[in-house]
Amino acid sequence: MQDKSHSSYKQLEQKSKYTNMFLRWFLYFVLVIFALYFIFPLYVMIVTSLKTMEEIRQGTLLTWPSGLNFDSWLVAWGGRGYGAGDTFLKPYFWNSIKMVVPAVFFSTFIGAMAGYVLTKWRFKGDKWVFLFLLFGCFIPYQAILLPMARTLGVLGISNSVIGLVLVHTVYGIPFTTLFFRNFYVSIPSELVKAARIDGAGFFKIFFKILLPVSTPIIVVTIIWQFTQIWNDFLFGSTFSFGEAAPIQVALNNMVLSSTSVKEYNVDMASAIIAGIPTLIVYVLAGKYFIRGLTSGAVKG
Amino acid sequence: MKTLKIEELSKNFGSTEVLRKINLEIDEGNFLVLLGPSGCGKSTLLNIIAGLETINEGNVHIDDYNVSKVEPKDRNIAMVFQSYALYPSMNVRENMIFGLKQAKVSKEKIEEQLEKVSKFLQVDALLERKPSQLSGGQRQRVAIGRALVREPRIFLFDEPLSNLDAKLRVEMRREIKKLHQQLKTTVVYVTHDQTEAMSLGTNIAIMNHGVIQQNDTPENIYNKPSNTFVADFIGSPSMNLIKGNLKESSNKVSFITNGSNIEIPINGYDFKEKSDLDNKEVFFGIRPEHIFFKKSNEEDFEINLRADLSEYIGHEQIMTFNFKNQEVLAKFPSTVKIDLSKNTKLFFDLTQISLFDAKTEERI
Repeated sequence: MQDKSHSSYKQLEQKSKYTNMFLRWFLYFVLVIFALYFIFPLYVMIVTSLKTMEEIRQGTLLTWPSGLNFDSWLVAWGGRGYGAGDTFLKPYFWNSIKMVVPAVFFSTFIGAMAGYVLTKWRFKGDKWVFLFLLFGCFIPYQAILLPMARTLGVLGISNSVIGLVLVHTVYGIPFTTLFFRNFYVSIPSELVKAARIDGAGFFKIFFKILLPVSTPIIVVTIIWQFTQIWNDFLFGSTFSFGEAAPIQVALNNMVLSSTSVKEYNVDMASAIIAGIPTLIVYVLAGKYFIRGLTSGAVKG
Repeated sequence: MKTLKIEELSKNFGSTEVLRKINLEIDEGNFLVLLGPSGCGKSTLLNIIAGLETINEGNVHIDDYNVSKVEPKDRNIAMVFQSYALYPSMNVRENMIFGLKQAKVSKEKIEEQLEKVSKFLQVDALLERKPSQLSGGQRQRVAIGRALVREPRIFLFDEPLSNLDAKLRVEMRREIKKLHQQLKTTVVYVTHDQTEAMSLGTNIAIMNHGVIQQNDTPENIYNKPSNTFVADFIGSPSMNLIKGNLKESSNKVSFITNGSNIEIPINGYDFKEKSDLDNKEVFFGIRPEHIFFKKSNEEDFEINLRADLSEYIGHEQIMTFNFKNQEVLAKFPSTVKIDLSKNTKLFFDLTQISLFDAKTEERI
């Protein structure tokens, strides 16, 4: 009896070993397939941007370029140097920077303040305020185009970078408030009470006590807002044109307005340039993505 | 002059009444414990004393000055929280001097205070550490230190030991007691732990449903509970409340439990008002530790009860007896052997009993 059960356990052990091995290999197989699937378009973009038009016409999508040829990148960034009809990204790239940096800053800051008030300085009807802000998250972009265009017109800042900063700040506040509110809810209100007894006021508590522990959520918000605003096309194309346009609008104009031959290499290089800043933000900020910096300080 | 005086204080959150007509006074140097089950309003009361909550009705006086509308920082109080509430981004030094810096105290004075308090609490080696690098006990010390450097008139403690493990809790409890003995500052201390309340307080105010049930010394709370709530809340296991009636004949009072003819003579009992006692429905209260296995004095009442259940907990055992279908718990040393399902001879110490009106549940 003893021996029998012993041997049957051995069999079961073997079986589970094989099952686990199979599942593991199957998992890696699936992961590799998906990784290839996602990396494929990027590969095509980079390879194509490094080819000459001659190479593109003769080879296939996957053919390796003959050498590192950055001509199309230079054209995409700085143009060909002749006057009319030459669209290139450089001025619009700076437009986008001028739009994104203040818009991200203001929307994050206002969101942090609002989250702070909604969690630590509760007032009558604060739930309704939060509900309406939450409602703002679900309003589609298209729905606010006309009212916003009118508002910008009245304020006299339509077709300007400042106008776009305002639009993105306003549209971003519901999201940033939501992020910060949910983060500050988890921070014990006793911290605020202790600070009040110590004599710190509204702003001092915010800047000295809450903001220093908000790094994780600030990073999340910045990544979210930066990606949203940088990649936005609809607001950019609606509220600006010509010289005030952000980079995504310019990219679209560039790709669609070529009259003669389609220059795939330049198009690909432009698309990569337009996407690089968001990648940089992810790489730089990603490592601060660690949650729970405060957890140790509060509970034993 | 009372260090703290609370008059007719009421508080509600919306339509929920949290505190009802609270009156409380503390003499200089006393240690008042607010004790009660969760949701009884004890923490709210403490927050009101601190000035962190507004008052609907009534007043709070500190040193005879009405502080009802004074900001927390100007009330000359300091508070220690359950979660310690140390500022996570600051090190121990910054945490401890934050309040003094806000109050614009001179640098020399701050350093002097910091040195004195950190030495006193033995946290002087930890000054450069962040709260996240401290153990639970150390955090608690720093939190107390942050309160101490302010040299307040009143210390407020909000369940400061609840987050510590059992062993550390007992150690810190003793330290708080020592601290109070040395500093002799007035303390208001909130807890739901009766052992903490008993061992620390010079006075205990037991609260339930926003009302103070009894405000007295630990001895009186334990020996002379003013109603059945207090009797039931204090003591572990809590006081036996046996239902029955009083019988008064020719100046002799006795207690008869429902459905029995055993008369327990209670002539020695100190009635608040000795009238209209005959046939009164009452609870006969006796603590498990006042039921003995051997006769200890002449007055002890002898009774035979059947043992139903035995709970062994090391240094003692808790026995459950059946007294006319009412459970009576008793505590004995674990060396005593008692057979279950058999009648056992027991002795009630009648000098230690309490009687409560069954209707009002008040002590009579």
